[in-house]
Amino acid sequence: MAVIKFTVDGKRVSVNADPDMPLLYALRDDLQMKNPHFGCGEGQCGACTVLLDGEPTRSCVLPVSSVRGKKITTIYGLGTPKKPHPLQTAYVEEEVPQCGYCVNGWLLTAAAFLKKKPKASDAELREALSGLKCRCGTHVAILRAVKRAQKQMA
Amino acid sequence: MNAILDGCLDNSARREFLKASGALVVAASAPLAMNEALAQAGAAGAKPALVPEELDSWVAVLKDGRVAAFYGKIDMGQCLEVAIAQIVADELDVTCDQVTVYTGDTDTTCNQGGASGAFGISAGAKPLRNAAAEARRILVEAAAANLGVPASELRVDEGVVSVSGDAAKRISYAQLIGGRYFNARVEWNKQVGNFMDIKVRAKPKSPSEYRVVGKSFPRRDVPGRVFCTADWVTEVKVPGMLHARVIRPARAACTPVKVDEASIKSIKGARVVREGNFLAVVAPKEWDAVRAARMLKVEWSEPKDPPFPAMERIYDHIRGAKPLKREEPVKAGDLPAAFKNAARVIEAEYEWPFHSHASMGPACAVVDARKDRATLWTGTQKPHYARDGVARILGLPSEAVRGIWVNGPGSYGRNDSGDAALDAALLSKMTGKPVRVQGSRADGIAWDAKGPAAVHRARAALDASGKVIGYEFVSRGFSRLNMSSNESDPADTLVGMEIGLAPKPGIAYGTPEESYGFASKLLAWEVIPPLLERCSPLRTTHLRDPVGPDIHFGSEQFIDELAAAAGEDPVAFRLKYVTAPRDAAVIRAAAEKAGWQPRVSPRSERAGDVLTGRGISYAQRGGTIVAAVAEVEVDRRSGRIWTRKLTIAHDCGLIINPSGLRATIENCATFALSRTLFEEVQFDRNAVTSVGWSSYPILEIQDAPESIDIVTINHPEIAPSGAGEPTARVIPGAVANALFDATGVRLRRAPLTAARVKAALERA
Repeated sequence: MAVIKFTVDGKRVSVNADPDMPLLYALRDDLQMKNPHFGCGEGQCGACTVLLDGEPTRSCVLPVSSVRGKKITTIYGLGTPKKPHPLQTAYVEEEVPQCGYCVNGWLLTAAAFLKKKPKASDAELREALSGLKCRCGTHVAILRAVKRAQKQMA
Repeated sequence: MNAILDGCLDNSARREFLKASGALVVAASAPLAMNEALAQAGAAGAKPALVPEELDSWVAVLKDGRVAAFYGKIDMGQCLEVAIAQIVADELDVTCDQVTVYTGDTDTTCNQGGASGAFGISAGAKPLRNAAAEARRILVEAAAANLGVPASELRVDEGVVSVSGDAAKRISYAQLIGGRYFNARVEWNKQVGNFMDIKVRAKPKSPSEYRVVGKSFPRRDVPGRVFCTADWVTEVKVPGMLHARVIRPARAACTPVKVDEASIKSIKGARVVREGNFLAVVAPKEWDAVRAARMLKVEWSEPKDPPFPAMERIYDHIRGAKPLKREEPVKAGDLPAAFKNAARVIEAEYEWPFHSHASMGPACAVVDARKDRATLWTGTQKPHYARDGVARILGLPSEAVRGIWVNGPGSYGRNDSGDAALDAALLSKMTGKPVRVQGSRADGIAWDAKGPAAVHRARAALDASGKVIGYEFVSRGFSRLNMSSNESDPADTLVGMEIGLAPKPGIAYGTPEESYGFASKLLAWEVIPPLLERCSPLRTTHLRDPVGPDIHFGSEQFIDELAAAAGEDPVAFRLKYVTAPRDAAVIRAAAEKAGWQPRVSPRSERAGDVLTGRGISYAQRGGTIVAAVAEVEVDRRSGRIWTRKLTIAHDCGLIINPSGLRATIENCATFALSRTLFEEVQFDRNAVTSVGWSSYPILEIQDAPESIDIVTINHPEIAPSGAGEPTARVIPGAVANALFDATGVRLRRAPLTAARVKAALERA
């Protein structure tokens, strides 16, 4: 067990946990957050995505000890109903989610990518979002929403 | 109309529970706003029993005039909640916003069968429509008495009854009944599940009177899912709850022989729970349960003979197995004579593999089992049936168990949620604590019940002019109901079988649904025995549009093969033979929207590395008609198919909510595209070896179409039919036909992977 301090959505937090425990469980179990989601535990779907110092990271395979002193942003840090990120606004307008279990990966990965490359082409967006899973088949709506947000952010 | 509406949605156990757990646990089906609204209603009064023959089981007017509708199905992000609100709003003459729909809670809704067979509207809305019409009738009669005018002189707008031509004379629904019960009886048709309906004295409106139905209203569940302020079932927490992981063997047909409990003793609070062959670990902390599941040393039995054939032999196995049952639902004309007189006989066989539900997340369930009652939180799409299953495994009457549906990580049929619910129930009983079970990725892919593999044999007799005079299509495969499509009987779950219950397999498959008017025609199916009777990771059940994509992958390719043999354009060929006018209209609509240019397939120009082609496919499903045109690019070098564009024409009768319908069709199309191009459960002779996304790949965003054009055909005069599943069955044939059009190569084995396409192109 080890005491590990980091920040989540701007708040300082501390957990006393097995250093090898993935960050996902620190967020959901120790910190009692409702997010992100467990999808595969193998870093292959993106349901557990958070931003680690701004970079999309799969929290299901990231040992909590490796985030010591770092900044974690979850979907709650991306935006709220009162202060939504343009991607969230676009997601609502396009009514993207079906079950919605996958949203963390798509929204956080797209947000980080558009920050770096606001004018990304369709092919670049698809490349940046590859590896994320959506089982409900909302992919076409996801692309519509990301492009809508892209325009809004321009 | 004298009883007071109290916390009817909130039985004492639940109130106690909410008090104990604070705001952490919120059941999706009874949001606090509703509880508050009901609390306002004041003093206690007896709520009529939650039975279909009570109007109060279906609809309520709250104190402030808002309407509550109680829908015994669920809405898994397909706009059903809003569609039901629209239907109820129109019958009651209130606005859509005035109606709140409560779903999937066995304490507040009757068993309408959960999500099933795309019946959400076509069957599920019927009792709600009737109940709302009856509620309006009763309220207008009460208003007539109150205002002293005949009911025929009254009108209702936004829940206010007024005298036609004298709007000052008015009384609202809230004044008439707000917060009180109707205490009115309706006639129940005695059906439980999908076809539960009620008969009432009121006559529902005719479609020409609809003001709300037919318009697009936004879904209400979207913001909660985008901002993650809503709960998924994975977020349910109960005080004192243990986390559990069920240990299933790495090989099928194995049972635990020796469990080394000491192997997890280093994990504080973790322990082994076992009954019969059911084995699990529990721990107060989730990570400890995960670690314990990984560390636990188990010695498993060695099966004498491997239960499965080698994967590459599966279709030979299906061809050679002796069928348990054969059915011939369509048999017309003199088929032997047709084949005897044929100038030409065309034959082909199509192969479709096992598919996994592979939901986005593995299933999760929480059960709090007490001595005499229990609560289940589940993501299963059939919470009433899951409640029954939990009651049975706990030895409780169904009424003592409350099932609460909370949005799960995906829902496409009888997936792993049904197993998780009963796992959690037994573990809660055995540990005496509330238990939360969540599967591993392998539990969701390797151990869910599968869509069945099959071989589809087609044969047609053509006369000298190329006319089809005989047609035969026979599917042979594993049952679509080897496991029931719901979990009301514990014998239909893994845990049930592990504790020794004998499964009661159902035998069913299906045949193509179309209206081709061939002079003689046979559509048949044959079901073969399962590979392993108990606890098989290849046990088969319903997966979204059960056996629809499978069958029509074959039947709609075969129609194209016949068109090619007859030297005709695939659209023209279909139009020549379909007999139902709505079917022809749908095929025409898809072709027209896609800009289809008539010609024979395959295309003659096939130069360059990237070949393009188009294909069409059409089918019916339970009253709905759908056609798809796929436009593909095939990269000769890699074999990759990219479905650049899909055009879908869809006729499901009366359209309730156009935007919700379009989204449902669009997502269903992409889901089916994934199954067509990528999905195939891998297995060896002892186990399913598809255990994650690398071994069970699904569609990636690179493979998503550039666009999906949708034409919805509205028939207000025709009762609505389903929309959640029909599109799934036309995508495989459309894409395979487009591949043929582009390359001249037919792939009769799904999925149409790049490796298979490349190999076929090299052979060609």
